[in-house]
Amino acid sequence: MSDWGMQKAALAERLTAGGQHAEGKTVPIANLPAFLRAVIRSGDRVCLEGDNQKQADILASALANLDPQDVHDLHMVQSGVVLPAHLDIFDKGIARRLDFSYSGPQAARIARMLFGRKIELGAVHTYLELFARYFIDLTPNVALIAAVSADKDGNLYTGPNTEDTPTVVEATSYKNGLVVAQVTEIVDKVPRVDIPGDLVHFVVEAGRPFYVEPLFTRDPAAITETQILTAMLAIKGIYAPYGVRRLNHGIGFNTAAIELLLPTYGERLGLKGKICTHFALNPHPTIIPAIESGWVDQIHCFGSEVGMEDYVAARSDVFFTGPDGSLRSNRAFCQTAGLYACDMFIGSTLQIDLEGHSSTVTTSRIAGFGGAPNMGSDPRGRRHPSEPWLKAGAEADPDSNAALRRGRKLVVQIGETFGERNAPLFVERLDALDLARELKLDLAPVMVYSDDVTHIVTEEGIANLLMCRSKDEREQAIRGVAGYTDIGRARDAKLVEQLRQRGVIQRPEDLGIDPLDADRRLLAARSIKDLMLASGGLYRPPSRFRNW
Amino acid sequence: MEKLSFRLTAPRCASGTRTQAIVGVVASGNLEVLLERVSPADMCTIDIATAAHGFGTVWDAVVRDFVARRSAGGLRISINDGGARPDTVALRLAQGVRKIEEPER
Repeated sequence: MSDWGMQKAALAERLTAGGQHAEGKTVPIANLPAFLRAVIRSGDRVCLEGDNQKQADILASALANLDPQDVHDLHMVQSGVVLPAHLDIFDKGIARRLDFSYSGPQAARIARMLFGRKIELGAVHTYLELFARYFIDLTPNVALIAAVSADKDGNLYTGPNTEDTPTVVEATSYKNGLVVAQVTEIVDKVPRVDIPGDLVHFVVEAGRPFYVEPLFTRDPAAITETQILTAMLAIKGIYAPYGVRRLNHGIGFNTAAIELLLPTYGERLGLKGKICTHFALNPHPTIIPAIESGWVDQIHCFGSEVGMEDYVAARSDVFFTGPDGSLRSNRAFCQTAGLYACDMFIGSTLQIDLEGHSSTVTTSRIAGFGGAPNMGSDPRGRRHPSEPWLKAGAEADPDSNAALRRGRKLVVQIGETFGERNAPLFVERLDALDLARELKLDLAPVMVYSDDVTHIVTEEGIANLLMCRSKDEREQAIRGVAGYTDIGRARDAKLVEQLRQRGVIQRPEDLGIDPLDADRRLLAARSIKDLMLASGGLYRPPSRFRNW
Repeated sequence: MEKLSFRLTAPRCASGTRTQAIVGVVASGNLEVLLERVSPADMCTIDIATAAHGFGTVWDAVVRDFVARRSAGGLRISINDGGARPDTVALRLAQGVRKIEEPER
């Protein structure tokens, strides 16, 4: 049995090698290149913490500056590919294989590198799916993570952006992997212990905060009247009739418009307390007016948002906060909450086909998924009833035994029929299919599958796909809200009218929505400054959003 | 500038008594719509001046849907378009007929 304990022995070797460049657990930043060369082995599986927002940027640059002669063939397993350095690692030949979830700002470059065979792609995951694989077949040998502060023992304080860190550390450290943290500063006592020190092997004092992307700030000044109309349709045509209280909002101007219509339009419809009381949601600045007017009981967050820290800390009745007062976010838990404890996901997409599959991949951009496919899917393991879930289940399958019938999660795709640069939202064929063929992928990267989506909302109306009884009806329901895109204009007008008579398609006029209400004056805040004022000055917008 | 004209039979007459209404603004991606109650009750005429060339078939579809879905009889509608998307055009037209049926303030 002398072979047992090999992983512990390998970790001990790394600890000894790394220790030569450290003082206790502390690695002076000048030693970082030599330290990384000592602890990382060619072929390692490495999690370089790139979350949706928080980035271990110092460690990323240091890794990208290694010599590929010393370290090569790394397998990167990280949820976010966000910084240029994340891809430099592949360009230089330090890493070869990639499993990831989201690549927002690097979407165009990652596409070029995949086509150029610079990256060997494992798969594009949802967050929860990648986290799950950290514990089964993608367990990191080394995790390079980010936190706000550490003490001498390695106890870490992450501040509001805890995000993926507990999950990454759990999977790495308890399976004999090495955990290295970059922190802004080393202190005598951390404000709260987010990660226990005995799981953290080395700490690098960066001397400056890690990079955070303000991903969830949408300026109300850029919300259009069409988006307001679409938001009114969603509130009156979906939120109200299903009584959706527990939900997740995706990122984008359509959901920002919904958030800003709750205290005005929602109030007028008498919906306060009946919808939107519990969220799995990042702290969107546009949710401030709804919170301030008493709409929202509780919000659990995946991550934080730049500038929202003081506001969140002052609203601990709504948000989850620690003994230090600041937000505690946790992406894995919040994704689980979004999957199992929410009755609706609503978000935008780039392309929807005639079956209702949707994708954010275009042939020149691979943005990945993030959390949308997880929250935008029907959880087959759900067993607790709720009014919206049961109602949606009954609409999909009215004739079966109610006590044996699964409910359905409401999965809503919302957008204008023409998106950025007049690209049509509706297409005959997803670009994702061409990409899959070109890259010889087994699966086309589909964000929300056709059998999960329940409603599509555009400015032309709502298509309720739960009530479609055939493939043909489904196609015409989609064409029937596709506006003046080629897909929309090729509709069978008679069939679409029949679907409207049955309530499968609902137009603004069917719901008594006055087009004159589609006016920016209906927004509870019309600028970032309005949001700041609504927060009583607690929200501190990043400088790039300050235009006054 | 491309000019397009439509003269369509309208199934429903615009309600209210206001003689004219204006909605929207002339701006890039936006449009101004002037509605005047001067046509025969079963007709709607629409004159478009647009900065974007070559979209005649889309305009045709948008204005025909509008006249079929909304109460537009009796109106002469003049559109000054700054290259608005069809969804914006449809919204402005819907806002215009709602505005002309409102009482004068």
